[in-house]
Amino acid sequence: MTEHVSDRLSRKASRHVKERIIEFLLFGAAAFSVFITVAIVYVLVKESWVFFETVPLSDFLFDTQWTPLFDDAHYGIMVLLSGTLTSSGVALLVAIPLGTIIAIYLSEFAGFTVREVAKPFLELLGGVPTIVYGYFALTFITPLLQKFYPDLPGFNLLSAGLVMGIMIIPYVASLSEDAMRAVPMALREGSYAMGATRLQTALWVVTPAATSGIASAYILGISRAVGETMILAVAAGMQPNLTFNPTEPGATITSYIVQVALGDLPHGSIGYQTIFAAGLTLLLMTLAFNLLGYWLRKHYREVY
Amino acid sequence: MQIPTGTEPGVEGVVLKADVRDLDFYYGAFHALKKVSMPIHDHKVTALIGPSGCGKSTLLRCFNRMHDLYPGNRYAGGGIVLYPDNTNLLSPDVDPIEVRMRISMVFQKPNPFPKSIFENVAYSLRVRGMRNKNELDDRVEAALKEAALWNEVSGRLKELGANLSGGQQQRLCIARALASDPEIILFDEPTSALDPIATASIEELIIELKEKVTILIVTHNMQQAARISDFTAYMYLGEMIEFGVTDQIFIKPKKKATEDYITGRFG
Repeated sequence: MTEHVSDRLSRKASRHVKERIIEFLLFGAAAFSVFITVAIVYVLVKESWVFFETVPLSDFLFDTQWTPLFDDAHYGIMVLLSGTLTSSGVALLVAIPLGTIIAIYLSEFAGFTVREVAKPFLELLGGVPTIVYGYFALTFITPLLQKFYPDLPGFNLLSAGLVMGIMIIPYVASLSEDAMRAVPMALREGSYAMGATRLQTALWVVTPAATSGIASAYILGISRAVGETMILAVAAGMQPNLTFNPTEPGATITSYIVQVALGDLPHGSIGYQTIFAAGLTLLLMTLAFNLLGYWLRKHYREVY
Repeated sequence: MQIPTGTEPGVEGVVLKADVRDLDFYYGAFHALKKVSMPIHDHKVTALIGPSGCGKSTLLRCFNRMHDLYPGNRYAGGGIVLYPDNTNLLSPDVDPIEVRMRISMVFQKPNPFPKSIFENVAYSLRVRGMRNKNELDDRVEAALKEAALWNEVSGRLKELGANLSGGQQQRLCIARALASDPEIILFDEPTSALDPIATASIEELIIELKEKVTILIVTHNMQQAARISDFTAYMYLGEMIEFGVTDQIFIKPKKKATEDYITGRFG
């Protein structure tokens, strides 16, 4: 080896340290979110465990009454689940067709100007606070529905579900539109070159090609519906009611949790513990939808 | 009406399928085709050659009105007369969808739809409202046979078109274009994304297909034009420099510019 005449190629300590600090900060940010998720699951499972020591799982799953605050207490989650499923069902009946139609229009039919104006407005609809939607349902939609159906109670799952659907439209429409616009122009040109109309191209080529993205949009919409709280707490009545009839009032898992969390039940009582069991049920439901979405994305992913 | 016939030496009497006359075309402010004229002979292969940006694909896409899909494109004069109708394809009274039903297209990169092999070929028939299952089966089988793909896919018509190899996908796209019985098929550099073996099979297919349809093909590959075409047009900067019988263009071009391009001195 010859003698060194310069150290210009040697390691620079300051650069090395800076790199390590940045790497550590980035790792910390990522680890923080993982930690929070694990902590939430831990709390839910631990508190639910206490609940299930008193109440057998079979009662929780199969009992048809939900009366944790009565002397004759029943803990049938089906009651709350029916409210969640009914209101979500109504919401999705509004959001999925309308959201999909809007997405097809914006992606395949609207001109540049219309799209650039309409999309921010649509996204604004998703930014309205849910409490505003709740009062909109209670003080506008319910009276409106009562004009056509006078027997409709003041609190009902129908108007809450309808307004929840309006709230979800932007999520479904915006994500579906992104998925459709990502479909390469070459596929559309192939369709037009065969003599297809714009509608045929949109429905027969673009929509199937965007299936995985559209499915993720639907899944996100479902998760939003299942997890929505405030609209239901305000407009649906918070009465536990085993029903799939949307014209009745009902409590959902989320609105029940709000009710108990804000109420004066002593911490540690079995009534208070119910909200953790209910919360765990909700978490498992959204987890199942997320897994379904993940599977759909993998299974229907288009390789362009 | 008497359909015009070829005027070049050696093709007197060959009927024209279409005639491009003084065609001007603009992308926004860019003058992409300048007073282009050329005949398209019936049941022959006509090749468009020239360096990138010369307007050959632009001219091809005028034939099926693909330019109508994008704002800012403008047919600015002249036209393409289709025979035997004697109608200008670019006239505002002509419905682009009707044009595309009769003039089909195969693209540079194979672009099968995200559907089964069967549905890919049936697409151009379904678009025309065909619903009869037996008729669809027959037409799809016939088109796949014409595209020399039937033997390879007959047992797996339900599989996705995208599962085929590149060359097979391009033959699937040719079958798709053939299924509706078009009068002209436009090929836009159909082999530029394929390997030499797949290219050879597509070239062979194009030569066979001229029994059935008139073919217009854009190609970057001069040897390809020489191998498969009956007529060749050389374009440069949006102008038609020379049109003629392929042998004449490659052996004895009339213009110096054509000779420079063909011999590789330029381009």
